[in-house]
Amino acid sequence: MSVADFAFYLFALTTVVGGFFTVMARNPVHSVLWLITAFIGATGLFVLLGAEFVAMLLMIVYVGAVAVLFLFVVMMLDVDFEALKAEMSKSLPLALLIGVILLMELGTIFGVWQFADGAEAARAAVTPALDVAHNTEALGQILYTQYILLFQLAGLILLVAMIGAIVLTLRHRTNVKRQNVMAQMHRDPAKAMEIIDVKPGQGL
Amino acid sequence: MYEFFTTTNLGIALLIIGQCLLIVVPLLVALAFLLYFDRKVWAAVQLRKGPNVVGAFGVLQSFADFLKYVLKEIVVPAGADRFVFMLAPMLSFVLAMVAWAVIPFNDGWVLADVNVAILFVFAVSSLEVYGVIMGGWASNSKYPFLGSLRSAAQMISYEVSIGLIIIGVIISTGSMNFGDIVRAQDGAGLLSWYWLPHFPMVFLFLISALAETNRPPFDLPEAESELVAGYQVEYSSTPFLLFMIGEYVAIVLMCTLISILFFGGWLSPVEALPDGILWLFAKIFFFFFIFSMVKAITPRYRYDQLMRIGWKVFLPLSLGWVVLVAFFAQYGAFWGAYARWTVGG
Repeated sequence: MSVADFAFYLFALTTVVGGFFTVMARNPVHSVLWLITAFIGATGLFVLLGAEFVAMLLMIVYVGAVAVLFLFVVMMLDVDFEALKAEMSKSLPLALLIGVILLMELGTIFGVWQFADGAEAARAAVTPALDVAHNTEALGQILYTQYILLFQLAGLILLVAMIGAIVLTLRHRTNVKRQNVMAQMHRDPAKAMEIIDVKPGQGL
Repeated sequence: MYEFFTTTNLGIALLIIGQCLLIVVPLLVALAFLLYFDRKVWAAVQLRKGPNVVGAFGVLQSFADFLKYVLKEIVVPAGADRFVFMLAPMLSFVLAMVAWAVIPFNDGWVLADVNVAILFVFAVSSLEVYGVIMGGWASNSKYPFLGSLRSAAQMISYEVSIGLIIIGVIISTGSMNFGDIVRAQDGAGLLSWYWLPHFPMVFLFLISALAETNRPPFDLPEAESELVAGYQVEYSSTPFLLFMIGEYVAIVLMCTLISILFFGGWLSPVEALPDGILWLFAKIFFFFFIFSMVKAITPRYRYDQLMRIGWKVFLPLSLGWVVLVAFFAQYGAFWGAYARWTVGG
Protein backbone atom coordinates (compact mmCIF):
# COMPACT_ATOMS: atom_id res chain seq x y z
CA MET A 1 0.00 0.00 0.00
CA SER A 2 1.54 3.30 -1.03
CA VAL A 3 1.46 6.44 1.10
CA ALA A 4 -1.24 7.96 -1.11
CA ASP A 5 -3.46 4.88 -0.66
CA PHE A 6 -3.00 5.00 3.08
CA ALA A 7 -3.79 8.73 3.11
CA PHE A 8 -6.90 8.13 1.02
CA TYR A 9 -8.25 5.46 3.38
CA LEU A 10 -7.44 7.65 6.38
CA PHE A 11 -9.24 10.71 5.00
CA ALA A 12 -12.15 8.67 3.61
CA LEU A 13 -12.62 6.97 6.96
CA THR A 14 -12.43 10.33 8.77
CA THR A 15 -15.07 11.79 6.48
CA VAL A 16 -17.47 8.85 6.82
CA VAL A 17 -17.03 8.49 10.57
CA GLY A 18 -17.39 12.26 11.01
CA GLY A 19 -20.59 12.27 8.95
CA PHE A 20 -21.99 9.29 10.87
CA PHE A 21 -21.40 10.84 14.28
CA THR A 22 -22.72 14.22 13.09
CA VAL A 23 -26.09 12.50 12.84
CA MET A 24 -25.73 10.19 15.81
CA ALA A 25 -24.18 12.45 18.46
CA ARG A 26 -26.52 13.25 21.35
CA ASN A 27 -25.02 16.63 22.11
CA PRO A 28 -25.54 19.17 19.29
CA VAL A 29 -22.17 20.82 19.95
CA HIS A 30 -20.51 17.44 19.49
CA SER A 31 -22.48 17.11 16.26
CA VAL A 32 -20.93 20.30 14.91
CA LEU A 33 -17.46 19.18 16.00
CA TRP A 34 -17.94 15.89 14.16
CA LEU A 35 -19.13 17.86 11.13
CA ILE A 36 -15.85 19.78 11.23
CA THR A 37 -13.98 16.46 11.33
CA ALA A 38 -15.88 15.40 8.21
CA PHE A 39 -14.97 18.70 6.50
CA ILE A 40 -11.30 18.20 7.30
CA GLY A 41 -11.45 14.66 5.90
CA ALA A 42 -12.98 16.06 2.70
CA THR A 43 -10.18 18.67 2.56
CA GLY A 44 -7.65 15.84 2.65
CA LEU A 45 -9.47 14.06 -0.19
CA PHE A 46 -9.34 17.23 -2.30
CA VAL A 47 -5.59 17.52 -1.69
CA LEU A 48 -5.14 13.91 -2.81
CA LEU A 49 -7.04 14.75 -6.00
CA GLY A 50 -4.54 17.54 -6.68
CA ALA A 51 -7.16 20.24 -6.09
CA GLU A 52 -5.17 22.09 -3.45
CA PHE A 53 -6.86 25.46 -3.99
CA VAL A 54 -10.36 24.06 -3.52
CA ALA A 55 -9.12 22.15 -0.47
CA MET A 56 -7.83 25.31 1.19
CA LEU A 57 -11.02 27.21 0.31
CA LEU A 58 -13.09 24.42 1.87
CA MET A 59 -11.00 24.76 5.01
CA ILE A 60 -11.17 28.57 5.16
CA VAL A 61 -14.81 29.03 4.20
CA TYR A 62 -16.54 25.99 5.67
CA VAL A 63 -14.39 25.09 8.66
CA GLY A 64 -13.10 28.57 9.46
CA ALA A 65 -16.30 30.55 8.98
CA VAL A 66 -19.49 28.57 8.40
CA ALA A 67 -18.88 25.94 11.07
CA VAL A 68 -17.95 28.65 13.58
CA LEU A 69 -21.34 30.25 12.97
CA PHE A 70 -23.01 26.85 13.39
CA LEU A 71 -21.17 26.40 16.67
CA PHE A 72 -22.21 29.89 17.79
CA VAL A 73 -25.88 29.23 17.09
CA VAL A 74 -25.87 25.77 18.63
CA MET A 75 -24.06 26.94 21.78
CA MET A 76 -26.37 29.89 22.28
CA LEU A 77 -29.63 28.08 21.57
CA ASP A 78 -31.62 27.20 24.63
CA VAL A 79 -33.35 24.19 23.15
CA ASP A 80 -34.13 21.03 25.06
CA PHE A 81 -32.73 18.53 22.59
CA GLU A 82 -33.87 15.52 24.61
CA ALA A 83 -37.48 16.66 24.23
CA LEU A 84 -36.95 17.18 20.52
CA LYS A 85 -35.52 13.67 20.24
CA ALA A 86 -38.64 12.27 21.96
CA GLU A 87 -40.85 14.10 19.46
CA MET A 88 -38.80 12.63 16.67
CA SER A 89 -39.97 9.06 17.19
CA LYS A 90 -43.50 10.13 16.18
CA SER A 91 -42.41 11.40 12.80
CA LEU A 92 -39.89 8.64 12.24
CA PRO A 93 -42.00 6.59 9.75
CA LEU A 94 -42.58 9.64 7.54
CA ALA A 95 -38.90 10.57 7.67
CA LEU A 96 -37.91 7.03 6.77
CA LEU A 97 -40.35 7.05 3.83
CA ILE A 98 -38.88 10.32 2.49
CA GLY A 99 -35.37 9.00 2.97
CA VAL A 100 -36.10 5.80 1.08
CA ILE A 101 -37.75 7.72 -1.78
CA LEU A 102 -34.75 10.06 -2.07
CA LEU A 103 -32.36 7.12 -2.01
CA MET A 104 -34.32 5.37 -4.76
CA GLU A 105 -34.33 8.54 -6.87
CA LEU A 106 -30.59 8.89 -6.47
CA GLY A 107 -30.17 5.23 -7.43
CA THR A 108 -32.31 5.71 -10.53
CA ILE A 109 -30.33 8.74 -11.62
CA PHE A 110 -27.07 6.94 -11.09
CA GLY A 111 -28.31 3.90 -13.01
CA VAL A 112 -29.22 5.83 -16.16
CA TRP A 113 -26.33 8.32 -15.95
CA GLN A 114 -24.72 9.01 -19.29
CA PHE A 115 -22.66 11.83 -20.73
CA ALA A 116 -23.96 13.85 -23.65
CA ASP A 117 -21.89 13.68 -26.83
CA GLY A 118 -19.02 16.10 -26.66
CA ALA A 119 -19.53 16.89 -22.93
CA GLU A 120 -16.09 15.51 -22.06
CA ALA A 121 -14.49 17.47 -24.89
CA ALA A 122 -16.28 20.68 -23.92
CA ARG A 123 -15.05 20.32 -20.35
CA ALA A 124 -11.50 19.52 -21.37
CA ALA A 125 -11.42 22.49 -23.75
CA VAL A 126 -11.60 25.06 -20.95
CA THR A 127 -9.42 23.22 -18.42
CA PRO A 128 -5.66 23.63 -18.88
CA ALA A 129 -3.51 20.62 -18.04
CA LEU A 130 -1.96 20.49 -14.57
CA ASP A 131 1.56 20.92 -15.90
CA VAL A 132 0.61 24.08 -17.83
CA ALA A 133 -1.05 25.98 -14.99
CA HIS A 134 -1.46 25.55 -11.23
CA ASN A 135 -5.02 24.85 -10.33
CA THR A 136 -5.38 28.30 -8.78
CA GLU A 137 -4.54 29.75 -12.18
CA ALA A 138 -6.79 27.26 -13.98
CA LEU A 139 -9.75 28.13 -11.75
CA GLY A 140 -9.05 31.82 -12.25
CA GLN A 141 -9.02 31.36 -16.02
CA ILE A 142 -12.35 29.56 -15.97
CA LEU A 143 -14.14 31.82 -13.49
CA TYR A 144 -12.78 35.22 -14.50
CA THR A 145 -11.97 34.82 -18.19
CA GLN A 146 -14.19 32.19 -19.79
CA TYR A 147 -17.32 32.49 -17.65
CA ILE A 148 -16.96 35.98 -16.22
CA LEU A 149 -20.57 36.95 -16.97
CA LEU A 150 -22.09 33.86 -15.36
CA PHE A 151 -19.77 34.24 -12.40
CA GLN A 152 -20.72 37.89 -11.90
CA LEU A 153 -24.41 37.00 -12.20
CA ALA A 154 -24.02 34.34 -9.51
CA GLY A 155 -22.31 36.92 -7.33
CA LEU A 156 -25.13 39.36 -7.94
CA ILE A 157 -27.72 36.79 -6.89
CA LEU A 158 -25.81 36.19 -3.67
CA LEU A 159 -25.63 39.94 -3.09
CA VAL A 160 -29.40 40.25 -3.51
CA ALA A 161 -29.90 37.37 -1.08
CA MET A 162 -27.60 39.04 1.44
CA ILE A 163 -29.34 42.39 1.17
CA GLY A 164 -32.67 40.60 1.51
CA ALA A 165 -31.58 38.88 4.69
CA ILE A 166 -30.35 42.17 6.14
CA VAL A 167 -33.55 44.03 5.23
CA LEU A 168 -35.71 41.28 6.72
CA THR A 169 -33.92 41.28 10.06
CA LEU A 170 -32.95 44.94 10.43
CA ARG A 171 -34.82 46.70 13.21
CA HIS A 172 -33.72 50.16 14.13
CA ARG A 173 -34.36 50.35 17.83
CA THR A 174 -34.77 53.90 19.06
CA ASN A 175 -34.66 53.31 22.82
CA VAL A 176 -31.03 52.19 22.83
CA LYS A 177 -28.20 54.42 23.89
CA ARG A 178 -25.63 54.49 21.12
CA GLN A 179 -21.93 55.26 21.07
CA ASN A 180 -21.09 58.40 19.15
CA VAL A 181 -17.54 57.60 18.12
CA MET A 182 -16.70 60.96 16.57
CA ALA A 183 -17.82 62.83 19.70
CA GLN A 184 -15.79 60.44 21.85
CA MET A 185 -12.67 60.90 19.80
CA HIS A 186 -12.89 64.68 19.86
CA ARG A 187 -13.17 64.84 23.62
CA ASP A 188 -10.13 66.18 25.41
CA PRO A 189 -9.32 66.97 29.04
CA ALA A 190 -9.76 70.70 28.48
CA LYS A 191 -13.38 70.24 27.44
CA ALA A 192 -14.24 67.33 29.72
CA MET A 193 -12.79 68.55 33.01
CA GLU A 194 -13.04 71.70 35.01
CA ILE A 195 -10.68 72.15 37.93
CA ILE A 196 -12.05 74.32 40.68
CA ASP A 197 -9.96 75.56 43.54
CA VAL A 198 -12.16 74.92 46.56
CA LYS A 199 -11.55 77.21 49.48
CA PRO A 200 -11.43 75.48 52.90
CA GLY A 201 -14.71 75.60 54.79
CA GLN A 202 -16.70 76.98 51.86
CA GLY A 203 -17.48 74.08 49.57
CA LEU A 204 -18.73 74.68 46.07
CA MET B 1 22.25 5.83 2.97
CA TYR B 2 21.00 8.54 0.62
CA GLU B 3 18.96 5.90 -1.23
CA PHE B 4 17.33 4.75 2.01
CA PHE B 5 16.06 8.23 2.90
CA THR B 6 14.77 9.12 -0.58
CA THR B 7 13.29 5.88 -1.90
CA THR B 8 11.96 3.61 0.87
CA ASN B 9 8.73 4.46 2.71
CA LEU B 10 10.34 4.10 6.11
CA GLY B 11 13.26 6.29 5.11
CA ILE B 12 10.98 9.06 3.82
CA ALA B 13 8.86 8.90 6.96
CA LEU B 14 11.95 9.11 9.18
CA LEU B 15 13.29 12.00 7.11
CA ILE B 16 10.03 13.96 7.43
CA ILE B 17 9.80 13.31 11.17
CA GLY B 18 13.40 14.47 11.50
CA GLN B 19 12.64 17.66 9.58
CA CYS B 20 9.55 18.31 11.74
CA LEU B 21 11.66 17.94 14.90
CA LEU B 22 14.26 20.23 13.38
CA ILE B 23 11.58 22.94 13.20
CA VAL B 24 9.59 22.22 16.37
CA VAL B 25 12.40 21.78 18.89
CA PRO B 26 14.36 24.97 18.06
CA LEU B 27 11.04 26.83 17.84
CA LEU B 28 10.02 25.76 21.35
CA VAL B 29 13.44 26.49 22.82
CA ALA B 30 13.49 29.90 21.11
CA LEU B 31 10.00 30.48 22.44
CA ALA B 32 11.18 29.96 26.01
CA PHE B 33 13.70 32.77 25.58
CA LEU B 34 11.24 34.98 23.68
CA LEU B 35 8.81 34.63 26.60
CA TYR B 36 11.57 35.72 28.95
CA PHE B 37 12.41 38.60 26.62
CA ASP B 38 8.74 39.62 26.47
CA ARG B 39 8.56 39.78 30.25
CA LYS B 40 11.83 41.69 30.47
CA VAL B 41 10.66 44.32 27.97
CA TRP B 42 7.38 44.63 29.77
CA ALA B 43 9.19 45.01 33.09
CA ALA B 44 11.65 47.56 31.71
CA VAL B 45 8.81 49.76 30.43
CA GLN B 46 7.17 49.62 33.85
CA LEU B 47 10.51 50.29 35.63
CA ARG B 48 10.55 46.85 37.25
CA LYS B 49 13.30 44.26 37.20
CA GLY B 50 11.28 41.41 35.76
CA PRO B 51 12.35 37.78 36.18
CA ASN B 52 15.90 37.82 37.59
CA VAL B 53 16.22 34.86 39.95
CA VAL B 54 16.44 31.62 37.95
CA GLY B 55 19.77 31.41 36.14
CA ALA B 56 21.95 34.39 35.19
CA PHE B 57 19.68 37.46 34.83
CA GLY B 58 16.76 35.05 35.07
CA VAL B 59 17.15 33.64 31.56
CA LEU B 60 16.01 30.21 32.70
CA GLN B 61 12.73 31.55 34.14
CA SER B 62 10.66 30.04 31.31
CA PHE B 63 12.05 26.57 32.01
CA ALA B 64 11.25 26.92 35.70
CA ASP B 65 7.72 27.98 34.75
CA PHE B 66 7.47 25.01 32.43
CA LEU B 67 8.32 22.60 35.24
CA LYS B 68 5.90 24.35 37.56
CA TYR B 69 3.02 24.02 35.09
CA VAL B 70 3.76 20.41 34.19
CA LEU B 71 4.01 19.24 37.80
CA LYS B 72 0.74 20.84 38.93
CA GLU B 73 -2.53 18.99 39.23
CA ILE B 74 -4.97 19.07 36.32
CA VAL B 75 -8.33 20.27 37.60
CA VAL B 76 -11.41 19.53 35.51
CA PRO B 77 -14.42 21.55 36.69
CA ALA B 78 -17.65 19.76 37.62
CA GLY B 79 -20.08 19.47 34.73
CA ALA B 80 -17.35 20.09 32.18
CA ASP B 81 -17.29 18.14 28.96
CA ARG B 82 -14.11 16.20 29.75
CA PHE B 83 -13.21 15.16 26.23
CA VAL B 84 -13.68 18.58 24.59
CA PHE B 85 -12.12 20.24 27.65
CA MET B 86 -8.88 18.32 27.16
CA LEU B 87 -9.04 18.45 23.37
CA ALA B 88 -9.20 22.27 23.17
CA PRO B 89 -5.68 23.10 24.47
CA MET B 90 -4.13 20.29 22.43
CA LEU B 91 -5.90 21.59 19.33
CA SER B 92 -4.70 25.14 19.84
CA PHE B 93 -1.12 23.92 20.42
CA VAL B 94 -1.05 21.58 17.41
CA LEU B 95 -2.64 24.11 15.04
CA ALA B 96 -0.15 26.78 16.07
CA MET B 97 2.67 24.34 15.23
CA VAL B 98 1.22 23.02 11.95
CA ALA B 99 1.44 26.36 10.14
CA TRP B 100 5.26 26.31 10.40
CA ALA B 101 5.39 23.46 7.89
CA VAL B 102 5.11 25.89 4.95
CA ILE B 103 7.32 28.72 6.27
CA PRO B 104 10.60 29.06 4.33
CA PHE B 105 13.56 29.88 6.60
CA ASN B 106 16.00 30.33 3.76
CA ASP B 107 15.97 29.87 -0.01
CA GLY B 108 14.59 26.33 -0.33
CA TRP B 109 14.63 25.60 3.41
CA VAL B 110 11.00 24.68 3.77
CA LEU B 111 9.36 21.48 5.01
CA ALA B 112 6.43 21.49 2.56
CA ASP B 113 6.92 23.68 -0.51
CA VAL B 114 3.25 23.85 -1.53
CA ASN B 115 1.75 26.16 -4.15
CA VAL B 116 -0.96 27.47 -1.84
CA ALA B 117 1.28 27.99 1.19
CA ILE B 118 -0.21 31.34 2.10
CA LEU B 119 -3.76 29.94 1.96
CA PHE B 120 -2.60 27.06 4.14
CA VAL B 121 -1.36 29.43 6.83
CA PHE B 122 -4.57 31.41 6.54
CA ALA B 123 -6.68 28.25 6.83
CA VAL B 124 -4.77 27.02 9.86
CA SER B 125 -4.98 30.38 11.60
CA SER B 126 -8.73 30.44 10.94
CA LEU B 127 -8.95 27.06 12.69
CA GLU B 128 -7.21 28.39 15.76
CA VAL B 129 -10.49 29.92 16.87
CA TYR B 130 -11.76 26.40 17.66
CA GLY B 131 -9.33 25.90 20.53
CA VAL B 132 -10.77 29.03 22.12
CA ILE B 133 -14.44 28.26 21.47
CA MET B 134 -14.18 24.63 22.53
CA GLY B 135 -12.23 25.53 25.67
CA GLY B 136 -14.76 28.19 26.63
CA TRP B 137 -17.76 26.01 26.01
CA ALA B 138 -16.43 22.81 27.58
CA SER B 139 -15.50 24.59 30.84
CA ASN B 140 -19.21 24.85 31.72
CA SER B 141 -18.67 28.25 33.29
CA LYS B 142 -19.84 31.78 32.55
CA TYR B 143 -16.59 33.73 32.18
CA PRO B 144 -14.88 31.26 29.86
CA PHE B 145 -18.01 31.11 27.73
CA LEU B 146 -18.28 34.89 27.39
CA GLY B 147 -14.54 35.12 26.74
CA SER B 148 -14.67 32.51 24.02
CA LEU B 149 -17.63 34.19 22.30
CA ARG B 150 -15.78 37.50 22.26
CA SER B 151 -12.61 35.89 21.05
CA ALA B 152 -14.33 34.02 18.23
CA ALA B 153 -16.08 37.16 16.98
CA GLN B 154 -12.84 39.12 17.19
CA MET B 155 -10.71 36.55 15.37
CA ILE B 156 -13.23 36.11 12.56
CA SER B 157 -13.54 39.88 12.09
CA TYR B 158 -9.82 40.49 11.79
CA GLU B 159 -9.24 37.45 9.60
CA VAL B 160 -11.25 39.24 6.92
CA SER B 161 -8.89 42.20 6.78
CA ILE B 162 -5.78 39.99 7.06
CA GLY B 163 -7.07 37.97 4.11
CA LEU B 164 -7.61 41.07 1.99
CA ILE B 165 -4.16 42.47 2.81
CA ILE B 166 -2.61 39.14 1.83
CA ILE B 167 -4.51 39.24 -1.49
CA GLY B 168 -2.73 42.52 -2.32
CA VAL B 169 0.65 40.79 -1.87
CA ILE B 170 -0.51 37.79 -3.90
CA ILE B 171 -1.59 40.06 -6.78
CA SER B 172 1.82 41.72 -6.76
CA THR B 173 3.69 38.42 -6.81
CA GLY B 174 1.39 36.30 -8.97
CA SER B 175 2.00 33.32 -6.70
CA MET B 176 0.81 32.01 -3.35
CA ASN B 177 4.11 30.32 -2.53
CA PHE B 178 6.11 32.00 0.25
CA GLY B 179 9.38 31.28 -1.54
CA ASP B 180 8.13 33.07 -4.65
CA ILE B 181 6.86 35.98 -2.56
CA VAL B 182 10.29 36.46 -0.99
CA ARG B 183 12.16 35.99 -4.29
CA ALA B 184 9.89 38.63 -5.88
CA GLN B 185 11.23 41.11 -3.32
CA ASP B 186 14.85 40.47 -4.29
CA GLY B 187 16.69 43.28 -6.04
CA ALA B 188 17.80 46.59 -4.58
CA GLY B 189 17.97 45.40 -0.97
CA LEU B 190 15.79 47.25 1.52
CA LEU B 191 14.02 49.37 -1.09
CA SER B 192 12.68 46.52 -3.20
CA TRP B 193 10.83 44.85 -0.34
CA TYR B 194 7.04 45.02 -0.31
CA TRP B 195 6.80 47.40 2.63
CA LEU B 196 7.40 50.29 0.24
CA PRO B 197 4.74 49.63 -2.42
CA HIS B 198 2.32 48.18 0.16
CA PHE B 199 3.19 50.77 2.76
CA PRO B 200 -0.15 51.48 4.48
CA MET B 201 -0.98 47.77 4.62
CA VAL B 202 2.04 47.04 6.82
CA PHE B 203 0.40 48.93 9.67
CA LEU B 204 -3.00 47.42 9.01
CA PHE B 205 -1.46 43.96 9.01
CA LEU B 206 0.44 44.62 12.21
CA ILE B 207 -2.69 45.83 14.02
CA SER B 208 -4.82 43.01 12.60
CA ALA B 209 -2.17 40.53 13.70
CA LEU B 210 -2.36 41.94 17.22
CA ALA B 211 -6.13 41.48 17.21
CA GLU B 212 -5.96 38.04 15.59
CA THR B 213 -3.59 36.73 18.26
CA ASN B 214 -5.57 38.33 21.11
CA ARG B 215 -2.63 40.46 22.16
CA PRO B 216 -3.03 43.73 24.05
CA PRO B 217 -4.52 46.23 23.28
CA PHE B 218 -7.02 43.75 21.85
CA ASP B 219 -6.83 41.10 24.59
CA LEU B 220 -10.55 41.32 25.32
CA PRO B 221 -11.03 37.53 25.37
CA GLU B 222 -8.99 37.34 28.56
CA ALA B 223 -9.63 40.85 29.87
CA GLU B 224 -8.75 40.05 33.47
CA SER B 225 -10.57 43.01 34.95
CA GLU B 226 -13.94 41.89 33.60
CA LEU B 227 -13.68 38.22 32.62
CA VAL B 228 -10.99 37.02 35.08
CA ALA B 229 -8.99 35.34 32.31
CA GLY B 230 -11.56 34.59 29.62
CA TYR B 231 -11.55 31.13 28.12
CA GLN B 232 -8.55 30.07 30.22
CA VAL B 233 -10.20 30.55 33.63
CA GLU B 234 -10.85 26.89 34.35
CA TYR B 235 -7.57 25.63 32.96
CA SER B 236 -4.59 24.75 35.09
CA SER B 237 -1.35 22.85 34.75
CA THR B 238 -0.35 21.41 31.37
CA PRO B 239 -3.56 22.30 29.46
CA PHE B 240 -3.06 25.95 30.41
CA LEU B 241 0.58 25.68 29.37
CA LEU B 242 -0.50 24.33 25.98
CA PHE B 243 -2.91 27.26 25.52
CA MET B 244 -0.17 29.71 26.41
CA ILE B 245 2.46 28.12 24.16
CA GLY B 246 -0.10 27.97 21.33
CA GLU B 247 -0.84 31.67 21.77
CA TYR B 248 2.83 32.66 21.75
CA VAL B 249 3.68 30.41 18.80
CA ALA B 250 0.84 32.11 16.90
CA ILE B 251 2.36 35.50 17.78
CA VAL B 252 5.80 34.45 16.54
CA LEU B 253 4.13 33.09 13.40
CA MET B 254 2.50 36.47 12.80
CA CYS B 255 5.90 38.18 13.23
CA THR B 256 7.32 35.73 10.69
CA LEU B 257 4.46 36.44 8.28
CA ILE B 258 5.09 40.19 8.46
CA SER B 259 8.81 39.56 7.86
CA ILE B 260 8.12 37.36 4.85
CA LEU B 261 5.26 39.28 3.26
CA PHE B 262 6.53 42.84 3.64
CA PHE B 263 10.17 42.71 4.76
CA GLY B 264 11.79 40.23 2.41
CA GLY B 265 12.14 37.10 4.59
CA TRP B 266 15.72 35.86 4.40
CA LEU B 267 16.91 38.69 2.10
CA SER B 268 19.50 41.06 3.45
CA PRO B 269 18.61 44.79 3.65
CA VAL B 270 21.88 45.85 2.02
CA GLU B 271 22.78 44.31 -1.30
CA ALA B 272 26.46 43.90 -0.44
CA LEU B 273 25.75 41.57 2.48
CA PRO B 274 24.84 37.90 1.86
CA ASP B 275 21.23 36.75 2.32
CA GLY B 276 20.57 34.13 4.92
CA ILE B 277 18.48 32.68 7.71
CA LEU B 278 19.93 35.10 10.28
CA TRP B 279 18.21 38.03 8.57
CA LEU B 280 14.86 36.29 8.94
CA PHE B 281 15.55 35.65 12.63
CA ALA B 282 16.58 39.26 13.13
CA LYS B 283 13.38 40.49 11.49
CA ILE B 284 11.20 38.11 13.53
CA PHE B 285 12.94 39.25 16.69
CA PHE B 286 12.42 42.91 15.79
CA PHE B 287 8.69 42.44 15.23
CA PHE B 288 8.40 40.42 18.41
CA PHE B 289 9.97 43.37 20.21
CA ILE B 290 7.35 45.67 18.64
CA PHE B 291 4.60 43.30 19.81
CA SER B 292 6.06 43.41 23.34
CA MET B 293 6.26 47.20 23.31
CA VAL B 294 2.67 47.49 22.12
CA LYS B 295 1.63 45.21 24.96
CA ALA B 296 3.52 47.36 27.44
CA ILE B 297 2.39 50.82 26.37
CA THR B 298 -1.23 50.60 25.19
CA PRO B 299 -4.42 50.44 27.24
CA ARG B 300 -7.09 47.89 26.40
CA TYR B 301 -9.71 48.73 23.77
CA ARG B 302 -13.43 48.75 24.41
CA TYR B 303 -15.22 45.90 22.65
CA ASP B 304 -17.41 48.05 20.37
CA GLN B 305 -14.36 50.12 19.37
CA LEU B 306 -12.56 46.93 18.42
CA MET B 307 -15.42 45.76 16.23
CA ARG B 308 -15.83 49.20 14.70
CA ILE B 309 -12.18 49.39 13.69
CA GLY B 310 -12.28 45.89 12.24
CA TRP B 311 -15.40 46.22 10.13
CA LYS B 312 -15.76 49.94 9.43
CA VAL B 313 -12.14 51.02 9.03
CA PHE B 314 -9.87 48.08 8.20
CA LEU B 315 -12.25 46.19 5.93
CA PRO B 316 -13.04 49.12 3.55
CA LEU B 317 -9.40 50.26 3.55
CA SER B 318 -7.95 46.86 2.73
CA LEU B 319 -10.68 46.14 0.16
CA GLY B 320 -10.00 49.48 -1.54
CA TRP B 321 -6.29 48.71 -1.46
CA VAL B 322 -6.84 45.38 -3.24
CA VAL B 323 -8.67 47.20 -6.06
CA LEU B 324 -5.94 49.85 -6.22
CA VAL B 325 -3.13 47.26 -6.30
CA ALA B 326 -4.95 45.35 -9.04
CA PHE B 327 -5.05 48.55 -11.15
CA PHE B 328 -1.40 49.41 -10.46
CA ALA B 329 -0.32 45.86 -11.29
CA GLN B 330 -2.34 45.67 -14.50
CA TYR B 331 -1.11 48.99 -15.89
CA GLY B 332 2.47 48.66 -14.58
CA ALA B 333 2.31 51.81 -12.47
CA PHE B 334 5.41 52.92 -10.50
CA TRP B 335 7.88 51.14 -12.78
CA GLY B 336 6.25 47.77 -12.25
CA ALA B 337 6.69 47.79 -8.47
CA TYR B 338 3.25 46.24 -8.11
CA ALA B 339 3.59 43.57 -10.79
CA ARG B 340 6.59 41.29 -10.20
CA TRP B 341 5.21 38.34 -12.07
CA THR B 342 8.43 37.11 -13.64
CA VAL B 343 9.33 35.19 -10.49
CA GLY B 344 5.96 33.72 -9.55
CA GLY B 345 4.93 32.91 -13.13
